[in-house]
Amino acid sequence: MSAAPAQRVDEMLVGSADAVRVPLIGQALCAGFPSPADDFLEGALELPRWLVPNPPATFLWRIAGSSMEGAGIYDRDLACVDRSLKPSHGSVVVAAIDGQMSCKRLVIDGNVARLAFCSPDLPAFAIDELGEGLIWGVVRFSIRWHVARGRLS
Amino acid sequence: MNASPLRQRDRIGGGRAVALIDGNSFYCSCERVFDPKLAAVPVIVLSNNDGCAIARTSEAKALGIRMGDPYFKIRDMCRRQGVRVFSSNYTLYGDMSGRTNAVYRQFAPQVEIYSIDESFLNLSDVAPGLRVELARDLRATVRAWTGIPTCVGIGPTKTLAKLANHIAKTVPELQGVCDLTDVAAYEHWLCRIGVAEVWGIGRASLAKLEAMGVESVADLRDLDPRPVRKGLTVVGERIIHELRGLACLPLEMVPARRKGCAVTRSFSSRIEDRATLEEAVSAHATRLGEKLRREGLATNHVTVFYHTSEHDRDAPMRSVSITVTLAEHTSDTLALIKAARHGVAKTWREPGERPWRYSKAGIVTNDLVPLSHSPRALIGAMDRERSGPLMAAMDACNARWGRGAVVPAQAGLVARRDWSTKFEMRTPRYTTQVGELPVAHA
Repeated sequence: MSAAPAQRVDEMLVGSADAVRVPLIGQALCAGFPSPADDFLEGALELPRWLVPNPPATFLWRIAGSSMEGAGIYDRDLACVDRSLKPSHGSVVVAAIDGQMSCKRLVIDGNVARLAFCSPDLPAFAIDELGEGLIWGVVRFSIRWHVARGRLS
Repeated sequence: MNASPLRQRDRIGGGRAVALIDGNSFYCSCERVFDPKLAAVPVIVLSNNDGCAIARTSEAKALGIRMGDPYFKIRDMCRRQGVRVFSSNYTLYGDMSGRTNAVYRQFAPQVEIYSIDESFLNLSDVAPGLRVELARDLRATVRAWTGIPTCVGIGPTKTLAKLANHIAKTVPELQGVCDLTDVAAYEHWLCRIGVAEVWGIGRASLAKLEAMGVESVADLRDLDPRPVRKGLTVVGERIIHELRGLACLPLEMVPARRKGCAVTRSFSSRIEDRATLEEAVSAHATRLGEKLRREGLATNHVTVFYHTSEHDRDAPMRSVSITVTLAEHTSDTLALIKAARHGVAKTWREPGERPWRYSKAGIVTNDLVPLSHSPRALIGAMDRERSGPLMAAMDACNARWGRGAVVPAQAGLVARRDWSTKFEMRTPRYTTQVGELPVAHA
């Protein structure tokens, strides 16, 4: 983090010169059909390139809840999820559980993969059977505000 | 008859390879990426103003929902069958389209973005035996990184790639990839696919071809192209050459410079008063200015139009179009608004007992030129030195705080434009707005 000393988070998000656009918007013009999205394209959320090595696979999620505090992820933090990372033992992941997206830690014990909470207040391991396509992506890092959040709420 | 197409194809098909990759039910797939509840249920996406179905998942197709079905006709059925219905979230689709194309570029250096969900890739440098493998790898990577399922068709020409894509979509055993640069596959499929599936064969051509006894794609390929020109025009002749492997359509990596530009919208409900119409054309002119400035273009005339709906058969009808000429080329929003409102002022008629109920308005311009090369007017020259920085500041604000953050007062605040196109069932802009990010529970 030494590359950006004393820089405010909101400045890093939108301003800095070496920022990359996370949702990498392609050419706005199509050679064949005019894009119906043309009138709706928006400025992409920007993060610096050294944080986001693979922009097309990177998505931001908002965290709701406190069951991952043991992993250092708190309520209302943002999780930066990289879908090109392979989940492995210990990965913090976003996964679909019973039709809801959840943030959990992946625990691989021999042949059994489990999704676990990370909180002293909750059972050490709440176990879910790991089905096909369940893991949405791996959390590369999270963002937390240490000041009042203002417009990001 | 067969000898010549074969010879041509061996020569060209042996070297050149184009892939057409497209997202399966692209808009619906974008919605599914962020909501696991949509995984196995029928999903449709509606056009502007929630008018008709423009994207359907296979589950929705199986229920008999067709492309372009008006929503009011299928609403009850959708409710009964549990179809999830969404307004177009073009911001999201545009972003996801950009992501998929970024992945394509890692697999092929030359990519032509053909439409929001279709791209052509040049695979000529990939050895013939490795193309299918590369396409499978590409599909898997796009699916993993972006969540979007795709199909890939490969052929020596764009027309054959498009046909291969159709085959890849409709034949499940192919697992989403069909390669017509492979001679065996080419011979196998062309006599099994109906001529209606060929890119560029419309309903009128189809009737003519059927009368000529042409049923399969192979039948069309084997027609003598010269006499065809009479019945099916040069386009028909080109299609035959393309089906034989002779490329007539090059990959277009750089989109041609825009020659014209239009901003047109249907109102969410009919409008009758002048103030609302003026606000609408001002908003369209504002958007036109943004589009022109983004490409450094300028215009010296705008055509303003507005009309009643052809569906309101019993109501008074009126259709107005007027071209307003400017003193010189410009992309200044305020100048464009002035011209658009002048167009309304010249054509507005106070309604009588039965008012005209306008359904749509728009602003169109042609013959665009680069602003920097455009001639200056001797009389009535605009103050480009001041307008330039003002427009740049407005565009910068809108880029930073979202579209419509700063608008000319005449165009009305975006939130108060109750005439503007409806998107009542739109999902959040998950990837471009910090306030609308998807939520993961912890």
